[in-house]
Amino acid sequence: MTANTMKTAKTITDFARKFEELKKSKRKALIPFFTSGYPSLAETERLASIAASAGADFLEIGMPFSDPMADGPAIQFSSHQALSTGLKMKDTFSLVERITNKTELPVALMGYYNPILAKGISRFIKSAKSSGVGGLIIPDLPPEEAVELQESAQEQNMALCFLVAPTTNPKRYSTIAKSSTGFVYAVTVAGVTGARTSFSTSTDTYLRELKSNISKPIIAGFGIANGPTARKMVRHVDGVVVGSAFIELMRNNSRTAARKQVGRLIEEIRKSLDSGNNK
Amino acid sequence: MPTKKASLAMPDTRGRFGDYGGRFVPETVNVALDELTQAFKLAKSDKEFKRRFANLLRDYVGRESPLYFAERFSAQVGAQVYLKREDLNHTGAHKINNCLGQALLAVRMGKKRIIAETGAGQHGLATATVCALFGLECVIYMGAKDVKRQAPNVRKIKFLGAKVIPVTSGAETLKDATNEAMRDWVTNIETTFYIIGSAVGPHPYPMIVREFQSVIGKEARRQMLKRLGKLPDYVVACVGGGSNAIGIMSAFLKDTALKDTSVKLIGVEAGGHGLASGKHSATLTKGKPGVLHGSYSYLLFDNEGQVILPHSISAGLDYPGVGPEHSFLHDAGRVQYRSVTDKQALKAFKTLSITEGIIPALESSHALAYLMTGEEFKSKSTKMLSAKSPVVLLCLSGRGDKDMDIVQSKLEIE
Ligand SMILES: Cc1ncc(COP(=O)(O)O)c(C=O)c1O
Repeated sequence: MTANTMKTAKTITDFARKFEELKKSKRKALIPFFTSGYPSLAETERLASIAASAGADFLEIGMPFSDPMADGPAIQFSSHQALSTGLKMKDTFSLVERITNKTELPVALMGYYNPILAKGISRFIKSAKSSGVGGLIIPDLPPEEAVELQESAQEQNMALCFLVAPTTNPKRYSTIAKSSTGFVYAVTVAGVTGARTSFSTSTDTYLRELKSNISKPIIAGFGIANGPTARKMVRHVDGVVVGSAFIELMRNNSRTAARKQVGRLIEEIRKSLDSGNNK
Repeated sequence: MPTKKASLAMPDTRGRFGDYGGRFVPETVNVALDELTQAFKLAKSDKEFKRRFANLLRDYVGRESPLYFAERFSAQVGAQVYLKREDLNHTGAHKINNCLGQALLAVRMGKKRIIAETGAGQHGLATATVCALFGLECVIYMGAKDVKRQAPNVRKIKFLGAKVIPVTSGAETLKDATNEAMRDWVTNIETTFYIIGSAVGPHPYPMIVREFQSVIGKEARRQMLKRLGKLPDYVVACVGGGSNAIGIMSAFLKDTALKDTSVKLIGVEAGGHGLASGKHSATLTKGKPGVLHGSYSYLLFDNEGQVILPHSISAGLDYPGVGPEHSFLHDAGRVQYRSVTDKQALKAFKTLSITEGIIPALESSHALAYLMTGEEFKSKSTKMLSAKSPVVLLCLSGRGDKDMDIVQSKLEIE
């Protein structure tokens, strides 16, 4: 056994450890998503604290990109707003540092690949790690293209969360699962991010199928916007991400009103997830 | 870094031209790219498919397109200029070659809904045209700025029964239209075929577009040999995403990939207000390798990795990326990539119109302008045309009907 494979065998990411805890306490993970710097860095920080006390288990922080190909109007809007204030990657890193100092929540960064490449993969992962980032979600990077990133991530014990979609050929499930060292991100719909009111009836079958094929934690995301849908989506999997719904609340309300409503929505979803569990 | 391997043997199975290309896409579309790769592979070796494609190119597009010796223009630039007349194709540009090929693939795959992005509107027009031909639903994404500056094409697209969706994000140009088309594709992946309009995007698109555009180079090479009994000294083409360029150059890559001989290949990018201004679309000249719209290739982006809004007077060249095969050919030194400014392109537009009675597209005008400004040509101090003057094969990728408004407004300002 080489030193390297020994390390792989023993290392478990902080994300994976957190999921073991959640599993023991039979708790489904609730992961709110906020765009870094929208409407301002101070506000994202404040929302993170609100999320922590309202029942979130992780946070997903979006690193804005000029061309967010996998995102719908809400996240596109928040990304462009944040970038128009001159937001830089180092601002997002220090935001995460403040959040992880203040709350217990592990933080996943969601971002497109080009800013990571521009920074330099290994430099990016080191900076991310030292600011407290626990894992990465990169929607335009499939595992086949991620060899270099995987090496750096492994060195820094950074969790990688690859995506699986309703259209994914089941033959690819094992590749995606094997490469994912945090959780597998199950995209619930063929589509872009954005709050939805209804889901295809086949979503349930797909998520069940995933769970029976993948032993790693699975988190469902894209479109989940309230308690009832969160509860439906989480039935077969280990947690949910909710994002665009919060951004819409921020977009349509004053800051103080948005804070309250975001807190309330997180509490509502928390309750739904917990009640689903007890059944 | 010189390479021994010709890019025609590429891409590899992962869609890589050397380091460039690949598939950087949301997971949802991965399966569709696999299906497309498979369908293309089968179609390529299917006699019936090839026969249908060839017949349509002949009877519908009007191929082969002529090779025209532009004598009076030649006298202006001191080179013997042969124009490959893609402007005479049905719908007025090279784009139709690729659209027919991809639409035939779509039909073969049972897809009923087609989407496309467009900048100049030529690809949108060609897509709307083939959709009418095959009875397919058609949705065209176009930047709001381009909807205005290429209005004649927008009217034609609508008249052909396609829907035009103006895109208001970013700079409201081709990049933004492509983002929106990608989002539509992710959402409607089961029913929809995305006809990408240039040699860009995730694998297998760059390979497919090269194949369907390679007819330009095959014909031109044959025509050159027949006419002159020799190959040209230079092949020149404008480069937006790079489809007309790879189409014409693909027939000349092999000759010289291993030995540095005769045919010199020059791709001309849009220099906008000048390379120093930061307002240009000269991706290979000024960019660095990065990832946008599904592939790893040269790209214009800032220190933060944010894509820079490009600029060009020509909507079809106003794009911050370029096809991965061009990135490979650039690094390999096989093709020289140069740029000309908006102003130089406008001047070439006028010059060709006046000397030859051919009104070129603003995109193609960039290739023409290089003959009037490029070091290889400018230094011909006498500019006297003789049998010794270099022989240039230039891809006249499209006609300028769509550009009347914009050219008129620029000339009024001058
Ligand atoms: C006439 C014409 N030439 C060239 C281009 C640039 O595209 P490409 O580089 O793919 O040939 C366009 C794009 O719209 C065009 O309309």
